[in-house]
Amino acid sequence: MRSFEGAIDADLHPMVPGLDALRPHLEPFWADSIDQRGLEGFESQSYPPHAPRTVRADWRPQGRFPGLPEMQAWLDKTGAAIGILNPIYGVQLIFNADMNRAFTQGLNNWVRAEWLERDARLRASIVLPNETEHAVAEIERLAPDRRFVQAMRLVMGEIPHGRRTHWPIYAALEKHGLPLCLHAGSAYRHPVTSLGWVSWYMEDVAAQQQAFQSAVASLITEGVFVQFPGLRVVLAESGVSWLPAFLWRMSKGWKGVRFEIPWQAEPPAETVRRHIRLTAQPFDAPDEAAAQLLGHLGSQDLLLWASDFPHWNYDGLPSLPPGVDREKFLRGNAAALYNRLERVPA
Amino acid sequence: MNMMLANAKPAAATLGLCDVDIHPRAPSRDAFDPWLSAEMRHRMHSYGLRPRHGYVRGTPFPKSQPLASRRDAWTPQGGSPASDLAFFREQHLDHYGIDVGLLNPLQPSGQGDTNDGFSAAMAHAVNEWQLAEWVVPEPRLRASLVVPYEDPEASAREIRKRAGDPRFSQVLLMSRTSMPLGNPRYWPIYEAAQEAGLPVGIHAFGYSGWAMTNGGWPSFYIEEVSEHATSCQSLLISMVVEGVFERFPRLKIVLIECGMAWLPSVAWRLDKIYPSLRCEVPHLKRKPSEYIRDHVWVSTQPIEEPERPEHLRDTMEWIGWDKILYASDYPHWDFDDPRLSIPNWLPAETRAAIYGGNARAVYGW
Amino acid sequence: MKHVVAPVAAIPAGARHVTEAGGKRIVVYNLGGEFFALADRCPHQGASLSAGQIMGHVCSTAPGQYEYARRGEVVRCPWHAWEFDIRTGKSFFDPRRVKTRAYDAHVECGELLAAEAFSVAVENSYVVVEV
Repeated sequence: MRSFEGAIDADLHPMVPGLDALRPHLEPFWADSIDQRGLEGFESQSYPPHAPRTVRADWRPQGRFPGLPEMQAWLDKTGAAIGILNPIYGVQLIFNADMNRAFTQGLNNWVRAEWLERDARLRASIVLPNETEHAVAEIERLAPDRRFVQAMRLVMGEIPHGRRTHWPIYAALEKHGLPLCLHAGSAYRHPVTSLGWVSWYMEDVAAQQQAFQSAVASLITEGVFVQFPGLRVVLAESGVSWLPAFLWRMSKGWKGVRFEIPWQAEPPAETVRRHIRLTAQPFDAPDEAAAQLLGHLGSQDLLLWASDFPHWNYDGLPSLPPGVDREKFLRGNAAALYNRLERVPA
Repeated sequence: MNMMLANAKPAAATLGLCDVDIHPRAPSRDAFDPWLSAEMRHRMHSYGLRPRHGYVRGTPFPKSQPLASRRDAWTPQGGSPASDLAFFREQHLDHYGIDVGLLNPLQPSGQGDTNDGFSAAMAHAVNEWQLAEWVVPEPRLRASLVVPYEDPEASAREIRKRAGDPRFSQVLLMSRTSMPLGNPRYWPIYEAAQEAGLPVGIHAFGYSGWAMTNGGWPSFYIEEVSEHATSCQSLLISMVVEGVFERFPRLKIVLIECGMAWLPSVAWRLDKIYPSLRCEVPHLKRKPSEYIRDHVWVSTQPIEEPERPEHLRDTMEWIGWDKILYASDYPHWDFDDPRLSIPNWLPAETRAAIYGGNARAVYGW
Repeated sequence: MKHVVAPVAAIPAGARHVTEAGGKRIVVYNLGGEFFALADRCPHQGASLSAGQIMGHVCSTAPGQYEYARRGEVVRCPWHAWEFDIRTGKSFFDPRRVKTRAYDAHVECGELLAAEAFSVAVENSYVVVEV
């Protein structure tokens, strides 16, 4: 039996080979813009195409990006029943709101046509355009297709995720029963630290850990889950081990500073456990600390298994953190979270 | 005011309670005049401090208590918290039986000012003020060497000027600088500190000029409280990855008031990604967690309060029992009382180390 | 055990008064003519609640809404600012499990107290706590 038979893989990446792949899926004006303006592509500094972590060496056939066949072979190998695609291609970096919208829609169209149409195991996130009204429109456009199981933004945007300017998006997601996925990466509206730009890519990779803390702090303090009690949020590729210390600090602060955010009527840790889930690849803790760390999380309901194909986080097959509830981790938590996963084998 | 019994030493603290985070306050902006030139006095009293934010008074995120202080720390004469040595002795040093207290002056220290010359002048003045008003009259106190860190060469000069003066126990930096603190731009500071045998204390605060998170500006003070941890994580990652500890193998860093429970997760993350990124950072010769273990200490305050207190033991074990230093943060509101904030289910030897032994080892007291 | 705190006139509305009774420090508040007594000790790290600021209670059902009522009835610990209901001693963030002890406080006339051998002026009324 394959190691992850029947599992739900909550984070895989369809790699965009280049702008040409999106061309047939763009509106004609934007497709023609590629040549008219000499657009080279929207690869992001978060995942430089040739950097070792972006694609594991054995998943990089003849030096090019893996495509659908390689991903299918991977799903065959793990035995996952469902794979959820988070398309990472730096459309969020585009400043022109209309261009951003156009290329984001093109990316979603490409994912549907080239991936979802071709393998019944696959599901996808709706990549959201930056502007609130464009994002709501994109949710309305794609939500009827039940292969889109959540909506995705990069964890580092321009305005913190809790802010009211985003709320029409959350209303739309709550209405459709779609979680919001915040995925590692930046739109580079700000440097990846609150202290300015970093010298090394290694710092950029590490900085995701801080980004997720700030994102959760914003969601909680702004009262997003009070306003949208049906909304769930998935933190993808966060590393996980930062969460307990963050919750301790935030809950402690809340006891004395509650009056600044009076809508937050319960300890923040309880809100997080109810509304937030985390993919567990990467999992930033050594085996010998994992069981204690899971105890610190205080719940077996939080983690979603993910392979993060084709990012290089491990060699061979991913391992399970010691102490995790295997059924919940591999399948149950995701099945409870995503209410569109029809035909998930028991 | 609190009227606990005068003899209130923490149980099993033993002799030698040390407090590595006390914030003395100048009673007024005039306090630094004796040590400022006419030009700098004029600047101070007409334009004032000009940090990387827009407020003349107060801070971008208003505090949850006046002056972010304990309500009972105003002096009987109505003076602001920690502005009067006599009251400070009574309410803090004598009350808890503190043997050594380390001063960390915050604004108006001029640190991080957008004007380098003014920042340098203020650093000199604040250092002289600490000695004259606090350390000389009160032998239990030690000063921090305030430096104009956005001008690293001027900072190095200030450090070298005072190197060897045992009344200064560390160089003081703020956590939110205009570039991450590992950047080679700041290395002259570490070179001078290492040469002088002084640890570098990095205290939460300062204003970098960038948004307070890597995803934009937060709305609330309670978010800023959380961001002291994330900012400190960023600066620590920077120091490790830039190779500060490889270049300055005798440098010691004390992270003050940034929280501590997050430290293991940063070390683990760096260790996890390091093997796949080694080709980018050949200047690093050791695992990131080894640099952290050998060069970084953390103060306790604000001590984390997990729902299950035994989880804190796990975290402290991961950090290292010899790496943790008790701090009160007097007179701030999130002050940690030494009698009650360090868990009493820790063994006596461990409490003794946290309450003073570790600080004495780091600072050479 | 009954303890006479002070003449009523000594604790006007909005004021607080610290006393020692039965070996405990107690803070007495006058809320619009009603008296309430709490242990002068925050259950967190032991700060004196009597040094804390008084305010009302703000609650909210939605972000951006601030429903502010009960002005003068909440004491914030002078240290970590935990909010306590002066009427009950209970914290607002966890009223079931986090509280400071509340004592019965009421007014008695001097005449009756004198009859119980308290040394008081019979023409005054006094704030009394039961510890």
